[in-house]
Amino acid sequence: MDMKATKKKLGMKERYRALTRDLGWESSYQDKDAIFPYVNYEGIKVHDWDKWEDPFRLTMDAYWKYQAEKERKFYAIIDAHAQNNGHLNITDARYLSALKIFLQAISPGEYAAHKGFARAGREFPGVGTQVACQMQAIDELRHAQTQIHAMSNYNRYYDGFHAFADARDRIWYTSVARSFFDDAMSAGPFEFMIAIGFSFEYVLTNLLFVPFMSGAAYNGDMATVTFGFSAQSDEARHMTLGLECIKFMLEQDPDNLPIVQAWIDKWFWRGFRVLGLVSTMMDYMLPKRVMSWREAWEIYGVENGGALFKDLARYGIRPPKGWDDAEKAIDHMSHQFMLGLYQWSFGTSFHSWIPSDEDMDWLSAKYPDTFDKYYRPRWAHIKKLKAAGTPFKNYGLARLCQCCQLPSVFTEPDDPTLTCHRETVYKGEKYQFCSDGCKDIFDNEPEKYIQSWLPMPALFSELGGDVGAWMNWVSLRDGDDNGDYDGSTDQKHFNEWRGLATSNL
Amino acid sequence: MSTVFIALQANEDTRPIIDAIALDNPAAVINRQPAMVKIDAPDHLVIRRETIEEQVGRPYDLQELQINLITLSGNVDEDEDTLTLTWNS
Repeated sequence: MDMKATKKKLGMKERYRALTRDLGWESSYQDKDAIFPYVNYEGIKVHDWDKWEDPFRLTMDAYWKYQAEKERKFYAIIDAHAQNNGHLNITDARYLSALKIFLQAISPGEYAAHKGFARAGREFPGVGTQVACQMQAIDELRHAQTQIHAMSNYNRYYDGFHAFADARDRIWYTSVARSFFDDAMSAGPFEFMIAIGFSFEYVLTNLLFVPFMSGAAYNGDMATVTFGFSAQSDEARHMTLGLECIKFMLEQDPDNLPIVQAWIDKWFWRGFRVLGLVSTMMDYMLPKRVMSWREAWEIYGVENGGALFKDLARYGIRPPKGWDDAEKAIDHMSHQFMLGLYQWSFGTSFHSWIPSDEDMDWLSAKYPDTFDKYYRPRWAHIKKLKAAGTPFKNYGLARLCQCCQLPSVFTEPDDPTLTCHRETVYKGEKYQFCSDGCKDIFDNEPEKYIQSWLPMPALFSELGGDVGAWMNWVSLRDGDDNGDYDGSTDQKHFNEWRGLATSNL
Repeated sequence: MSTVFIALQANEDTRPIIDAIALDNPAAVINRQPAMVKIDAPDHLVIRRETIEEQVGRPYDLQELQINLITLSGNVDEDEDTLTLTWNS
């Protein structure tokens, strides 16, 4: 880049003040409470909105300049990817399962975050906050668009990319991410900021984006590296907004502490459950792996999360309630979830597979205390069934957690041989949960979560339990989009086309 | 002690910036990963405009960092001359 740095007439701090606070005014025709009706009911007390400041001090004029530069870089590479058979340069087509999950579950989440920040920018009275939320709303819309655009090139060649919008609304595993964002968007503006700005952006996105983009680079996927880095260049600003917002609430009034702590407890656990999908991607779906889920958790969970909560201890904040249970789950969750995805692969719009012997050796090196003891024997059994012509398929429907909407495939924190299951009876109806964390969230706001749309009950209530009709409804083409990678059209096409690309036959 | 970090895309724009960060932060550790460079430092990291300008050989606006930034950790403070990351530990 060769961008000319011009001499500023105003210093950065003065410019920021002029282009944020000086744009605000005191209303005279309307009462302030009527203009900002949602800012008080959550109980957060704010005495001085001017104390909120974006530490990057980014103003709208600079924002447009840098975002335009990011877009130019992005489209230059996306064009090059499409012009140079980029779809054949990936390690192998197994890698695409990670992308399909991303497109079906995460990109729509970016769009949801866009709507949420547009709303938060309107509902907060502080001008600095309004400007930062406005920028983030535009960023999130850009992320959804660039991701869909980048992955559309794969849709020309491979299965499972064609109906991400239907998948987002209707398929079972996407409802995990969808319910996370719907839960945040239907909360008040301050809780929304903790949910997305703090918990998701600050505590968890490093675990989602950084290994994902390095993984894409390792696996030859230039398109995803590009949209990932382009999006991630905005994330540093989003994380900073989330952290500033939490410090602002805690500094404004000591009464805010217990409210903020309860949201941190809730949203850490909600986010951790969404990352279950990421753990399978890192440990199983990348043909060439960057680091294990456990290693990523050490860097971005233990080390970075630990530093953050140590810093916030000065306000009286403690690490989230589910922190210890999360640590106990790390060496198990990717294996338990991948076994789930494999046995229900008739209902996924991506492929899963039995790990090769070499993959299993890698997993046992990365998980020396758990893989050989608990999970290798199960894969070995499943492999034997497949060789005998009776592959393991589970056509029973999973019991879903009423809160996170994942199938209850996870085990007790202290006993990896016992499936964790909790239930609550509320107004005569029984509700099921995958963990103490999810049950606590429900018990605290039952009227919210009894309204959840759950995909497995919907199969019966909306389609009478007809799996074929359900596949049509979610736009899943049986035999093409779903099932084992071994023998799939994606595998066949990739091998044929790669052969054509490297020979003259 | 807590670790602050900043991660930048590995490209021609960031090569002199990473050199400048290394010069200004003797305690920093530079980790080169696929397509990115992650710089860790104990408790505190400072990025100075002047040092970057010496490395790139032209005037530099610190906000240009936004273009190649991947992630960071720590409390941020930025003005026209410096960007600092700090953990209170």
